[in-house]
Amino acid sequence: MYTQGLLDAKPGETAPEDTDRLARFQARIDAEEKIEPNDWMPAGYRRTLIRMISQHAHSEIVGMLPEGNWITRAPSLRRKAALLAKVQDEGGHGLYLYAAAETLGISREEMVEQLLTGKAKYSSIFNYPSLSWADIGAIGWLVDGAAIMNQIPLCRCSYGPYARAMIRICKEESFHQRQGFEIMLTLCRGTAEQKAMAQDALNRWWWPSLMMFGPSDKESQHSDTSLRWKIKRFSNDELRQKFVDATVPQGHFLGLSFPDPDLRYDDASGHWLFGAIDWSEFRRVLAGHGPCNHQRMKQRREAHDEGAWVRQAALAYARKQAKEKAA
Amino acid sequence: MSEQNLPLWEVFLRARNGLAHKHVGSVHAGDAAMALQAARDVYTRRGEGLSLWVVPSTAITASDPAEKDMLFEPTASKIYRHPTFYKVPDGVGDM
Repeated sequence: MYTQGLLDAKPGETAPEDTDRLARFQARIDAEEKIEPNDWMPAGYRRTLIRMISQHAHSEIVGMLPEGNWITRAPSLRRKAALLAKVQDEGGHGLYLYAAAETLGISREEMVEQLLTGKAKYSSIFNYPSLSWADIGAIGWLVDGAAIMNQIPLCRCSYGPYARAMIRICKEESFHQRQGFEIMLTLCRGTAEQKAMAQDALNRWWWPSLMMFGPSDKESQHSDTSLRWKIKRFSNDELRQKFVDATVPQGHFLGLSFPDPDLRYDDASGHWLFGAIDWSEFRRVLAGHGPCNHQRMKQRREAHDEGAWVRQAALAYARKQAKEKAA
Repeated sequence: MSEQNLPLWEVFLRARNGLAHKHVGSVHAGDAAMALQAARDVYTRRGEGLSLWVVPSTAITASDPAEKDMLFEPTASKIYRHPTFYKVPDGVGDM
């Protein structure tokens, strides 16, 4: 999901003297107790969470770019106000999450540095371009829909600050998906050209949305530990299936078709079965070779560099005030 | 580029008249006025509150979770601090 880059985490390793503490830690997790910042935790738990929460934060921040691209071109004032509020929310969500990660002992500056140098990952989905207004509808409906599917169980994550940030984020995000679906519905009930725009957006965003849930359980080596530590509550494949089951009927309601010839409802299991995901595309995009990776990073770096004087001025002013107060 | 880090502030919000301020999160800012501004932008986009406090994180002294039992366990045995410890006959009515 927003933490697809967790591929190189190595949770689980512990010093031998920590065996007792590890057992007590696991007992607390099993009893559904929340772990708080100053509590003892295994190094792997801390590292996995830092990576997961910071990647989630980076995804929120980079996720402002594809939608920000359409603020000035929104078709009405109503749409513009809603999109502006949504992009502001994404910024706010990034900040809640950075704060949650900082409780684990990493600084904000370190995390920003990791993002800007490309050391940290963010969700592959934000490396796809938003080419038409319909993409704003598809992003809200599909990308935020997939994000919500992933984030609701994270509200019960064993790490307190992350769980609390997620509760806040989920509350605020429920409008995001609805505004996206409303854009899609308006286009689908409009002219043939408008409906074709909506179909084109669905065609382009469908598979990348499914990839947001991360590698298949068979390939994801760290899922077991994350589930045992109750960082995650469901596996990637379980969440992906939930998303498909929820979303396909919505697409049919819109009168759209999905770009998957193998998609069919299976009476026996009660699930929508879907075709094979092109994991080579997923790995390519995650490795930095998606359509917009370069542009997104360039924009983030420029924003950071152009804001440097503001941060410096704020600190200089604070020093001057402190000096005058002391005098 | 090496920059000096912006200090961390803890944010407390009074949700409604009559309620206490409650910790809601933290922000980075150069000084108190900017911390208030940032807290307003980050934590009150939907009418969440009526009043904000920002406190430098370094000004907070916290109890050590490892001392949790020593600090808080002794109260568990003092059941006579609760009204249910005392018996009041039925005829007395509510007390």
